Amino acid sequence: MRKLGDDMEPGGVIKDVGSSRKVKTGSWRIFKPIVIDKCTGCGICVQFCPEGCIMINEDRKAEVDYDYCKGCLICVNECPIKAIKSEREVK
Amino acid sequence: MNDDLISPGHRTCAGCGSILAARHMLKATGRDVIICESTGCLEVTSTQYPLTSWKVPWIHVLFENAVSVAVGVKAALWAQGNEHTQVIAFGGDGGIVDIGFGAVSGALERNDDIMIITYDNEAYANTGIQRSGATPFGASTGTSPHGKVSIGKKVWKKNVPMIAVAHGAGYVASASIAYPKDLQDKIKKAMSIKGTRYIHIHTPCPVGWGFDSSKTIEIARLAVQTGMWILFEIEDGKFKKMFRPTELMPVENYLRMQKRFEHLKEEEIKIIQDHINQTWKELDNLEKSGVNLRTIL
Repeated sequence: MRKLGDDMEPGGVIKDVGSSRKVKTGSWRIFKPIVIDKCTGCGICVQFCPEGCIMINEDRKAEVDYDYCKGCLICVNECPIKAIKSEREVK
Repeated sequence: MNDDLISPGHRTCAGCGSILAARHMLKATGRDVIICESTGCLEVTSTQYPLTSWKVPWIHVLFENAVSVAVGVKAALWAQGNEHTQVIAFGGDGGIVDIGFGAVSGALERNDDIMIITYDNEAYANTGIQRSGATPFGASTGTSPHGKVSIGKKVWKKNVPMIAVAHGAGYVASASIAYPKDLQDKIKKAMSIKGTRYIHIHTPCPVGWGFDSSKTIEIARLAVQTGMWILFEIEDGKFKKMFRPTELMPVENYLRMQKRFEHLKEEEIKIIQDHINQTWKELDNLEKSGVNLRTIL
């Protein structure tokens, strides 16, 4: 059995910054946002995504990182030209 | 993926507003910052041992003393001759508005050179939505339930920005996650000022307030458009900038979208609407008069 403290830093210091990346919160998703072709890459969804998992790709379109997207659908609600649709996640 | 200083993989609920406040805060400050964060939703969800979402120096502090620790960190930096690193005491409304308020008042009174930032989700959300000093009038929570003899919370929201002004703070501002540019500008501006600076950020909570997770930004924007949340900046006691929606929307639009206000009757909504109208009238007069709030509060 793992003993408390074996792999702990003194004082509970976490040295591996940004390590929460190991947790793939995409498994929480019930609805999935899907960017459709008319996206203009304005970036409004990027700044309102709580996970910070949307980026503008080389084709100047929004791209969702489904490893982390929890499916809150703020992006769908905020897109001014309705270029993000949602559909039920199939697992 | 991007240059965010908050990594994904944190366990905030889907549609959380608070993590957006932290994200925009770090966009404005950059890496040269030390965050002292009090216990709360964001602390619990973003730093589950042995993982963390933060990519900047960050320390977890108790509810009571996030601000005291920040003051100590600042003193240590000063002893090292470091004058450039920003020290931010960051906490929820439970940590800053209620439990840690003594330390907030102390820092403001001494004018210690730190920034205090509140993410205000208007309840103790982490423990399952109990009322806090920042919960608005009429909201139903675990400890201010509505029913036959109760309309929910019976008193108005504690106005901490104005309390900070009354302490003589050099820079006080309120912000909203629905206006990220404004939020970041205010934090950048606060960074250029010495002394205690106070910024209060409105961050809707889908679980606690009872709305769909996709509506977080819409609700935050509505709060500003209806006048429930006022965006302003007070520098050296004087109103500098107040965001004025061209026309105030009826507050009913905001209230009716949330489960915590679902029980309110027309006359109770009118009480809230009248309160908002009165507040705006007073603020208008205050701004026009050009009076220095530090001398009258």
